[in-house]
Amino acid sequence: MRNVLAWLGSTLLIAGLLTTAADASRAEGLVFLSTQLRPIEEAQKMRKAILKDFPREVDYVTEQPPQLPVRIKAEQQGGTHTIDVVGALHGELQPLVPLDALVPLDGLAGKLNGRGIPDPLMTLGKFGTARQLYIPWMQASYIMVANRETLPYLPGGADINALSYDQLASWASAIQEKTGKRLLGFPAGPQGLMHRFFEGFLYPSYTGGVVVPFRSEAAEAMWAYFALLWKSVNPNSTSYNFMQEPLLSGDVWIGFDHIARVLDALRQKPDEFVAFPAPSGPKGRGYMPVLAGLAVVKGAPDMNGAMALIDYLDRPETQIATARSVGFFPVVKADLPPDLDPGLRLGANAIEKMQSAKDALPALLPIGLGQRGGEFDKVFMDTFQLVVLRGQKPRAVLDRETETLKRLMTETSASCWQPDPPSPGVCQVQ
Amino acid sequence: MRARSIPYLLIAPSLGFLTVLFFVPLVQTIALAFQADGIWSTANFSRMAGDLNFTDAVVNTFEIVIIVVPLQLLLALGMAMLLQHVRGGRDIVLWIWSIPLGISDLAAGLVWLAILTDKGYLNTILLGLGVLSGPQSWLSYETPVTLLAAIVVAELWRATAIVLVILVAGVQLVPKEYGEAAEVFGATPWQRFTRVTLPLLKPSIQTALVLRTVLAFEMFAIVLSIGGRNFPVLVSEAFNWQYNQQDYGVAAAYAVIVMGVSLAATLIYLWVLRTPAAQR
Repeated sequence: MRNVLAWLGSTLLIAGLLTTAADASRAEGLVFLSTQLRPIEEAQKMRKAILKDFPREVDYVTEQPPQLPVRIKAEQQGGTHTIDVVGALHGELQPLVPLDALVPLDGLAGKLNGRGIPDPLMTLGKFGTARQLYIPWMQASYIMVANRETLPYLPGGADINALSYDQLASWASAIQEKTGKRLLGFPAGPQGLMHRFFEGFLYPSYTGGVVVPFRSEAAEAMWAYFALLWKSVNPNSTSYNFMQEPLLSGDVWIGFDHIARVLDALRQKPDEFVAFPAPSGPKGRGYMPVLAGLAVVKGAPDMNGAMALIDYLDRPETQIATARSVGFFPVVKADLPPDLDPGLRLGANAIEKMQSAKDALPALLPIGLGQRGGEFDKVFMDTFQLVVLRGQKPRAVLDRETETLKRLMTETSASCWQPDPPSPGVCQVQ
Repeated sequence: MRARSIPYLLIAPSLGFLTVLFFVPLVQTIALAFQADGIWSTANFSRMAGDLNFTDAVVNTFEIVIIVVPLQLLLALGMAMLLQHVRGGRDIVLWIWSIPLGISDLAAGLVWLAILTDKGYLNTILLGLGVLSGPQSWLSYETPVTLLAAIVVAELWRATAIVLVILVAGVQLVPKEYGEAAEVFGATPWQRFTRVTLPLLKPSIQTALVLRTVLAFEMFAIVLSIGGRNFPVLVSEAFNWQYNQQDYGVAAAYAVIVMGVSLAATLIYLWVLRTPAAQR
């Protein structure tokens, strides 16, 4: 008991000292508040490695994503501004727009013009307005990974970096014919991210949207295609949570997943795997960027310092340092150094090719659903289960699931998000 | 006066404990299940029943209970009888048999998963023996029979011991004289088992069945690790609605169903296996 008390006491004491230290430095340094890179190792890498060459002192502070708008609002209402730069995911910055808390950064965006930030990413930073409200900072995404042994089976004339869904299907079925095994894999396990494949890849590629065309004829054709493709998919896919394991064990030769969930495979055996962009459909190459951006808060104590910090973080060398130390990839044109971990390089190249593809069609994470994102995901997974695993007719299933989707959208009164066209009110299924 | 209140004072803490940590959450769960948007309604139950996994979850849960519980009872009875005739090292045998009791559900599930996956121990052995020519899936949605069999085997392995322990305790309470008297009158070993041992074991069997059935209706970790999305059961659906869909109302509705089913099973056992007052 006494030990516990002593431990508690010293912890409190240390925490107190740390707070005081932070308060002291806040007076001189810039305050950089981030919802990303929160784990202590990553935050330390930010402080010790990534921010090392910035001429000024930066106080890197982290915050839980739901707390970000609360804190900004509190500072607005209190009139005491402490934060200079905010770093957060696109969807986490979105709630700050209606608060009118972000400084337009059009000047800075013009200055960074030569850095090679892809246009689709830059446009995301406008949130559908005319002004640049954040500058892209770093990104991750979902990619395809294939064993090199599959390359001879690629259909004639197919470019692995510009594959279509039809080519993927013939590739997988060629492999199935040759080996007798179904070697395509998806993370459809209980903890897998399969729903993101439907929301961010398949639906946009085939229908150009997610919610609005949910029950369209294009969607019906898409599900029919996917049910056919599933004939070449390893049936254990409904148990896969992270694709790196079946890829490493050879149970799967071609897999789709979030880069963080295949990175182990790429890092362990960079010579055995290739990484490439997701395929394209009739409406383009739908993909879901996981994009973090940098914004400046209105009333920031040091506006010029904030701009300089964003400029610094978007320099190619800083972006490479970020990729190297925390595994998020550059948004600017950055030549990755030859000594970069080859697995990391494979992933970075795939992402770079995906978002600079001519037909790239970025699709965002659902926005405005709050706590009920899980119900949204369930609509897609239920449709998948009924159409693909239980072989029901897509039309009937889509009509049935539309009811759930409509109710969810109405109850959350969420507006449409990219790639659905902006909606004046609640986003509705057509 | 004081002496009379002492028993109540002594049981008061446990009563308070159960009230706070069992009864209150129970009432809250029922209230949660029967409310939607703050109004009393059965909306959660209709959403639950309308969900595509509901029928599967009900069927799967009952399938497991109906297959596993009788098998476990038979196995445990057999093992308890065998144990009676073991002279030396009886404790060691009992100890080995109850090892699975000390292992967590999830660990047991992962052990069986390691045995039964495509590149698991079972396939490796079968390949080595030349029975199979390539890896065979046992646990996918395309092989529902072997998936069910795998879960049954894992449940048998993990939870037969609890029935065994209860029955062994019961067997030890049966006086030897009854059996010896029956033997004197020329009863065969089978007659002694069915006419003497089994009736005297009835209270223990009742306890074991109630405990086992309630636990089987609540089974979760083993099914989740072996079956995952392919084998929904009532509790795993409650878990999904609670944590993945974050719809606490539907999760509570599932919890109420599990509770109702367990309660009904308990009452049935108590009624069917009751000991008439004259025999007590």
